[in-house]
Amino acid sequence: MTEPLAPYGGAGLAIAVRDLAKSFGTRRVLDGVDVDFAPGAVTALLGPNGAGKTTLLKALLGLVRPSAGSLRIGGAEPDDAGGLRRLVGYMPQLPHFPPHMTVRELASMLDDLRDFDGHPDEELVDALGLRGELDQPFRTLSGGTRQKVNAALAFRYDAPVLVLDEPTAGLDPAASLALKEKIRRCRAEGRTVVVTSHNLGDLDTMADAVVFLLDGRVRFHGSLADLLAETRSDTLEEAIAAITSGPSPASTGASRGDAGGVTAEGTGDGDAERRRRTDRDASPERPRVEIVR
Amino acid sequence: MNTALKVFRYQVRDLARSRAIAGYAAFLLLATAGLLHFGGGPARALPSLATVVVLVVPLVSLLVSTSFVYHGNDFIELLLAHPVGRRPLFAGMYLGLALPLAAAFVLGAGIPLAVGGALASHAGAVALLGVAGVLLTTAFTSLGFLVALRVREAASGLGLALVLWLGRAVIYDGGVLLGAYGWAAYPLEVPMLVSMALNPVDVARVLVVMALDASAMMGYTGAVFQDFFGGPVGVALALACLGAWTLLPGLAARYTFVRKDF
Repeated sequence: MTEPLAPYGGAGLAIAVRDLAKSFGTRRVLDGVDVDFAPGAVTALLGPNGAGKTTLLKALLGLVRPSAGSLRIGGAEPDDAGGLRRLVGYMPQLPHFPPHMTVRELASMLDDLRDFDGHPDEELVDALGLRGELDQPFRTLSGGTRQKVNAALAFRYDAPVLVLDEPTAGLDPAASLALKEKIRRCRAEGRTVVVTSHNLGDLDTMADAVVFLLDGRVRFHGSLADLLAETRSDTLEEAIAAITSGPSPASTGASRGDAGGVTAEGTGDGDAERRRRTDRDASPERPRVEIVR
Repeated sequence: MNTALKVFRYQVRDLARSRAIAGYAAFLLLATAGLLHFGGGPARALPSLATVVVLVVPLVSLLVSTSFVYHGNDFIELLLAHPVGRRPLFAGMYLGLALPLAAAFVLGAGIPLAVGGALASHAGAVALLGVAGVLLTTAFTSLGFLVALRVREAASGLGLALVLWLGRAVIYDGGVLLGAYGWAAYPLEVPMLVSMALNPVDVARVLVVMALDASAMMGYTGAVFQDFFGGPVGVALALACLGAWTLLPGLAARYTFVRKDF
């Protein structure tokens, strides 16, 4: 039974994903994903290409229909009418906008579709230098400027949940810094931020938690410091390389009770199913991090 | 204002600036004006115009709607990330494309016909040609949406759209002709009527030919067609056939859209 939607009073909303699966034809892209995204934190969703990151983000928005499992934002499940999406600011990966439409027209269209009559958050419009581009049609804008518009639109509605797919891709360094600063402020306000990026430098300075997806499954969920410690890495890049190149749980037969496993997190309540461990004994040179179910 | 109307309004405003729609209207305007001017008056120009309409309108509607959905895929994804229901979004998008295409046809072909006097001298035929053209537009826009929503790869989808047009506009008639030749010894009027109804291009073609009193050239079959399509019931049935060709693929496209993963 769906719980009532928590009212938004400037804080974020918890996102709970339970046993989420998605297949495209015979290809299983998400395979029992079980994860929480906490309010007041930036959670980085990482993984190699094809790991299922974008599919998971799209499932959060109802753009992709899960084959199994459930997800809730603030206790409510997404529905066809899309009312829940009022609470989410989404920045898709390098979108294409209607070529003849101007930036102002698109913003006005989205305001109209959301029945939004409040004061939009236009901080990024100024911070990203978009004020002079508002009346330009999209076909005349560069890829970088379109990405700035994409960012400004995601933050426009003061949404308690922000879902950002490769937000800094295509941005110049100044715009990238301005966007990261905005994301940090949103975290300070208590909003829930989920972000994917291949630019690991971004996440080193921004992410409070890391969820690592591999082959459609969560292989690590915890803090950045824990990830570095457990993989004996100095940088996020090294940590990810350690996870990616490690043997899969299927191939090692790892399970909760295996000798040598170290449970590093979650001793009670809902955390029990999302505990992770390192299996250092299995490969002393190449530490492996994985979820215990 | 409901969501479908909002999407429709913004899309029409965007398409009004599109060169594709303006180019289509300009082509029809030039073709119609040329046929009227060089064709020896409205009575002789109208059958030629009817041929142009039943070939060009489906082709343009199919290709424009197919590529519209493929090019708009990312934008659809962006809109669906907002509190927008899938059904109203589909309705707004479909009407926001089909109606500007229909308007381009009506204006492009209609203005020269009105100016050239064909509207006054052959009002019935011109009106029927107009209605057939508009329904062909909506029918092939529905088919274009269906193809683009069902086939993920744009190149394959556009290829399929072309094959669909070729099949409906050219190959189908060849098959019907072969069938008629093979079973020439049998009474084929009813099978012919059924085969016409199964192809929107043929329904539109027969409807216009009947309105132009050209059925005499088709012998006994023409007389049967004249008998069937010449009366109000026949015209209503033909229009209903074209309406069904709009509605059924349109509903199938909407069904796909509502369940599609973006």
